[in-house]
Amino acid sequence: MSLHLNDVTLTYPDGDGRLTALDRVSMHVPEGSLTAVVGPSGSGKSSLLAVAATLITPDSGTVTVDGTTTAGMSRGALTELRRHKIGIVFQQPNLLPSLTAAEQLQVMAQLDGRSPGKARPRARELLDAVGLADQADRRPHQLSGGQRQRVNIARALVNEPTVLLVDEPTSALDHERGAAVIDLITRLTHRQATATVLVTHDRAHLGAVDRIAEVHDGRLGTPAPAD
Amino acid sequence: MFVAWRDLRFAKGRFALMGTVIVLITLLVGLLSGLTAGLGQQNISAITGLSADRIAFDEPGDGKDLSYSHSTVTRDQWRRWADAPGVTSAEPLGITTTKATAGKASAGVSAFGVQPGSSLAPDSTRIDDHSAVLSTTAAEELGTKKGDTFSVAGHELTVSAVRGEASFSHTPVVYTSLRTWQRIAPPTAEKTDTPTATVVALHTDSGADVQAVDQQAGTRTVSRDDSLSAIGSYTSENGSLQLMRGFLFAISALVIGAFFTVWTIQRSGDVAVLKALGASTGNLLRDALGQAVVLLTGGTLIGTTFAAAVGAAVSGSAVPFALTPATVLVPAAVMIALGALGAGLSIRRITSVDPLTALGSAR
Repeated sequence: MSLHLNDVTLTYPDGDGRLTALDRVSMHVPEGSLTAVVGPSGSGKSSLLAVAATLITPDSGTVTVDGTTTAGMSRGALTELRRHKIGIVFQQPNLLPSLTAAEQLQVMAQLDGRSPGKARPRARELLDAVGLADQADRRPHQLSGGQRQRVNIARALVNEPTVLLVDEPTSALDHERGAAVIDLITRLTHRQATATVLVTHDRAHLGAVDRIAEVHDGRLGTPAPAD
Repeated sequence: MFVAWRDLRFAKGRFALMGTVIVLITLLVGLLSGLTAGLGQQNISAITGLSADRIAFDEPGDGKDLSYSHSTVTRDQWRRWADAPGVTSAEPLGITTTKATAGKASAGVSAFGVQPGSSLAPDSTRIDDHSAVLSTTAAEELGTKKGDTFSVAGHELTVSAVRGEASFSHTPVVYTSLRTWQRIAPPTAEKTDTPTATVVALHTDSGADVQAVDQQAGTRTVSRDDSLSAIGSYTSENGSLQLMRGFLFAISALVIGAFFTVWTIQRSGDVAVLKALGASTGNLLRDALGQAVVLLTGGTLIGTTFAAAVGAAVSGSAVPFALTPATVLVPAAVMIALGALGAGLSIRRITSVDPLTALGSAR
């Protein structure tokens, strides 16, 4: 129940040459722990997240999610792996405008071929966990930025993933709401026992995370416990 | 359909607008179909109602097309067909459009000359050189009933019966004896004598060698349905109306395709998020196509209902509108099928949406 990145290198086409986004990155995130990856814009944080989310296949190296190595898997198999094992919290909440808060979570059951109606109790439970039980029937435009981000977090957890990937969750929030969101992610990581990676350029609010790793020019430093 | 249903409700303004376009196109297609069929019936019902499987025309020669108005068959041609093996019946049929009068009433009619007792006319045992059978419309337009007299091209005849709704080239049919018809039909350009008949209506079996008899008799024989193209007004009129109908079907498919193209582009961000969350492309395509079919079916049903209501309101009036399952349900089914095709082609772009774009700042 963990995430392993082993010697991952990722390059992008850049004119006549190639730009190295990740340079032999290795990382192990155990279950029930939160590792924050920090670094400036363009350092490779989001590429790291995209590789871990199986949205990009690295040039070399392996990604192992809950014991399953993704190398050589078909697109369909990767999609299924994402659906069952990986939760993604997007930088922008990316909620579907036509769905209520509860339905944003129920749709995950539908994507898995299960009845969205039967998923409603689980959706309610998670909305309660993120403090939005009374907002379940509101649509995204009726929620504040912080509330939308909490729905985004709850949606990522609805299929009980073993790996939780969080992309700059505080970038659109003020200081107080940002702190609350990081605190929520930390608590849920420990409660749900997920292997969580949080990428951010903002070092504020990281006091409660388990480890912090810095990334510069595609190279990942050794994760160290947070102060 | 979980997201699709909610999109339909949430973006109801956009979908209502598109639904209205589908309703209006369906209404137009339905009305045009009913009118096409109604006008077609006025043109061809006398031919499609003939008890015959083939029609022999005088060979027009020089690669010319067959024509009911130009064909004239002789007694010799008729006899050759009647004596040919595999031909169970060969009956001469004279057709000419002329004027009929009864008192002060007058009407353009098609005089169909048949042999008394022929299977080509209803109640033909009542037809002789002094009496004729009128179609209902001809009797109505002339204001006559059984036993009344009327004249066709100056020849006085008695109405022996009023039967059927046969119509040819937009004129109601009057069935006369072949001899009466020969007196009223104008001489043809090539032959100055009176014609024997216009065509020979045939019943054939598998033993008939149609090509060989055509060669011997100097005729060209086609099936009864193929002979409809020899009615000049039907070919040009039906061709134009079918072209309009075809264009409407194409326009509807294009409009629906354009709508769903824009709609798919607008929601490509949502599609990327769903893919990133683990939605399979098949699931998303089914959802989008289901949404299109719901919209198409709803709009087409409403449009078809309106078209049927208008058709029911005008049927029986002077407007030739045919309200049948073929004129109501077939265009509706074609609309849905072509619309789904247009939508299907436009939502294909779902397959090319990259889930990576949901991460925004990646790359």
